[in-house]
Amino acid sequence: MSLLSNATVLFGKELRTEFRSRELLTTTVVFVLMVVVLFSFTFDPSSLESRRFAPGLLWLAFLFAASLMLQPCFLREQTNDTLSALRLSVSDPFAIFLAKLAANTLFLLITELLMLPVFSILFNVPIGSVLASLVLVFFLGSLGVSVTGTALSAISAQARMRELLLPILLLPLLTPVLIASTEATAALLDPAPAFRKDWIGFLAVFDIVFLTALWLFGEYLLEE
Amino acid sequence: MSASIAGPAIRFDKIDKRYGGLYALRRVSLEIARGECVALAGRNGSGKTTLLRVAARLVRPTSGSVTFSDEVVGDDSPPAPVGFVGHATMVYDELTAEENLWLFARLLEVRDAAARVAELLGEIGLYERRGSLVRTYSRGMRQRVAVARALLHRPAVLLLDEPATGLDSASVAWLASTLQQLRDSGCTILMSLHGESEISALATRAIRLEAGAVAADSGDGASLRSILGFNATP
Amino acid sequence: MTKDAIAGALVLLLLAADAYASFFVAPTEATMGPIQRIFYLHVGSAWTGLTCFLICFIANLLYVFRRQPRWDWLGVACAEVGLAFTTVVLVTGPIWAHPVWGIWWTWDARLTSTFVLWLLYVSYLLLRTLIEEPDRRALFSALFGIFAFLDVPLVFGAIRWWRTQHPQPVIMGGPGSGLQPTMRWVLLFSWVALLGLMTLLLRYRYRLEAMRGELQMVEREVEGA
Repeated sequence: MSLLSNATVLFGKELRTEFRSRELLTTTVVFVLMVVVLFSFTFDPSSLESRRFAPGLLWLAFLFAASLMLQPCFLREQTNDTLSALRLSVSDPFAIFLAKLAANTLFLLITELLMLPVFSILFNVPIGSVLASLVLVFFLGSLGVSVTGTALSAISAQARMRELLLPILLLPLLTPVLIASTEATAALLDPAPAFRKDWIGFLAVFDIVFLTALWLFGEYLLEE
Repeated sequence: MSASIAGPAIRFDKIDKRYGGLYALRRVSLEIARGECVALAGRNGSGKTTLLRVAARLVRPTSGSVTFSDEVVGDDSPPAPVGFVGHATMVYDELTAEENLWLFARLLEVRDAAARVAELLGEIGLYERRGSLVRTYSRGMRQRVAVARALLHRPAVLLLDEPATGLDSASVAWLASTLQQLRDSGCTILMSLHGESEISALATRAIRLEAGAVAADSGDGASLRSILGFNATP
Repeated sequence: MTKDAIAGALVLLLLAADAYASFFVAPTEATMGPIQRIFYLHVGSAWTGLTCFLICFIANLLYVFRRQPRWDWLGVACAEVGLAFTTVVLVTGPIWAHPVWGIWWTWDARLTSTFVLWLLYVSYLLLRTLIEEPDRRALFSALFGIFAFLDVPLVFGAIRWWRTQHPQPVIMGGPGSGLQPTMRWVLLFSWVALLGLMTLLLRYRYRLEAMRGELQMVEREVEGA
C-alpha cells in the first residue's frame, strides 16, 4: 500500500538524517538529564518521600524536552523547501506525518530508555521487575506526545516566536498524557507494583483520537 | 477515459488566487499545447511563481481549476504528472545526491529506480561525486540535482521557476541543453524567466503576466521577443 | 428603537431577573450559607463558556472545509467570549471556596480542568497574533482549535480520574446531585440568561471582526493596485 511504503521510506530518511548527526538525540538526552537534576534540588531527593515526586518530574522533563525536540521537525523542511518536494512525491500526505511521528516516537523512546537507568540510580528506584510494563507506558505516552507534537510543529513552523509557541500550544494539550503517564509509571514504581490498565487504556485512547484527527486534517496542515 | 490526442497538455481555467484582499492571480485562463516550451515573463510579484505552484498543485487556487491532458487536478488526486523545479533546491543538504534521488525515486515509485538514479546522476555529470553531501556542492551542482529530482519520473510536463538564477555560465549551458533535449522529445515546458538568455531562446511561446493577469501572449500573435525583452529591467 | 437596543434591553432584563432569582428566589444552602449563591453564576458561566467553545469548534470545522472568512470571524469571536466566561468561572471558584473551606484553591477537578481549558484557548488567541497573513492565520488557528476541542473531554476525564485517586474537597458537590428543585430551576434560568448575554457579545464581537476583515481586504487591494 502506497501510504505505508511511502511512510517507511520517509521514516528511513528521518532516521538516516538523525543518526548521521545525532544532534537531536544528544541535545534532548542532555536536556532531560539537566532538568531532572535541577528539579531534584527543589526537594530532598534522598528521602523516601521523594519517590512520590520522581515519576512526575521524569515525565515533566520528557514533555519539556519533547516540546523543544519537536521544533525542527517541520522547520527543517522549510530551509530548502523540501516539504514541497515531499508533497509532490507522495500519494498521501499523511505518509509524511506518519513517518515523522514514528521517528519522533522512536527518538523520545530512546531518550527515555537512556534516562531510565540514570533515574533508577539517582532516586534508588528498582526498575528491573517492571521494565517491560514501563516500556509499554513510555511507548504509549511518547506516541501521544509525538502525534500532537508533530501536528503542532507544522503549525508553529508557520508562525513567529515559534520557539516559545510550540511549548505553549503543546503543553496544555498534553495534560491528559502527563497525568496518565505519571500515574501509570508511579504505580509501576511503587514498592508493590501495579499495572494500571485504566490509565494505560486511557493513553491508548488519547493516541487513537489524535492519530485519527491527524489523519483527517493532516493535508490541511501542509497547505501553503 | 482516453487521453485526447489533440487536447492541451495544461489548461488553466479562470484561476483566481487571493491572499486576503490581494490578488496574486486574476482570472488566468491559458491553454498550453503538448510539446510547447512556454516562457513566462513579468516583474517580481506579477504572479509567475504563484501560477507555477498552482500548476504543481502546491498552492490551492481560490477559484478555477488546472487540468492536465484529460485528467482533472482535483483536491484528492495523486501527485500531478509534472516535474517541478522551484526557487529553492528542494533537496536535502544533509543527504548525498544519490541518497536524495534514491529517496524521491522510491516515493514516486519509479519502476527502475536504481537504473534511473544512476542514469540521471550521469546526465547531470555528478556520478563521481554522488556520495558527497549536497551541502558540499556549488550552486550550479545543487541546481543540477534539483532538476534531476524533477525528472525522476519522466514527467510529460516540466515546470521551472527562474531556473537560471545564480547559475554560472557552464551550468546555464548545461540547463539549456537539457531543456532542449526534453523539448525536442515532446516534453511540455512552462518556465518563468528573468531576462533573455540561452534558456529563453528555447521558448516557442512567451506569456507576460502583469499584476496576476495575462498581459500579452505570443500565441495570440504578439511578438515573442518583445514579450521577453520587455522584462529586461526587473 | 433599533434591534440592537431591544436585544440589549432584553438581555439586561434577563440578567436582572437572574440576579434577583439567585439572591431571593433560590433557597439558602444548608451547609455553605449565602456565599453558595455564586454557584448560579459559576456553573452558568462554565456551561456558557463550553457552549462558546463548541460553537468555535463547529466554526473551525466549517472554515477548514469551506474557507469562507465568516467562519474564521465566528471562531475568534467564540474563543474570546468563551474565554471571558471561563475567566468568570476561575474567579468565582476561589471566591466561593475561601469562605467555605478557608483556602483559595483546592485543585478541585472541574476547576482545574477549567484552568487547562482556559490555557488552551489563550494559546489559540496567542497563535492568532503570531501569524500575519489572514488566510493562513484563519486556517492554522482553526486546525489548532479543532485539536484543542478534541482534547477537552480528555482533559476533563483525566483530571477527574486523577482527583479520585487523591481526594480533596470538592467545591460543588456535583451539580444535579442533591440539588433542590428550586435551585435547579434557578440554575437553568441562570444559564439561559448567560446564553442571552453570550449571544449579544458574540454578535458584537463577530461584527467587529467582520468589519476588520473587510477593511483589511480593501486595504490590501488598494496596496496591490
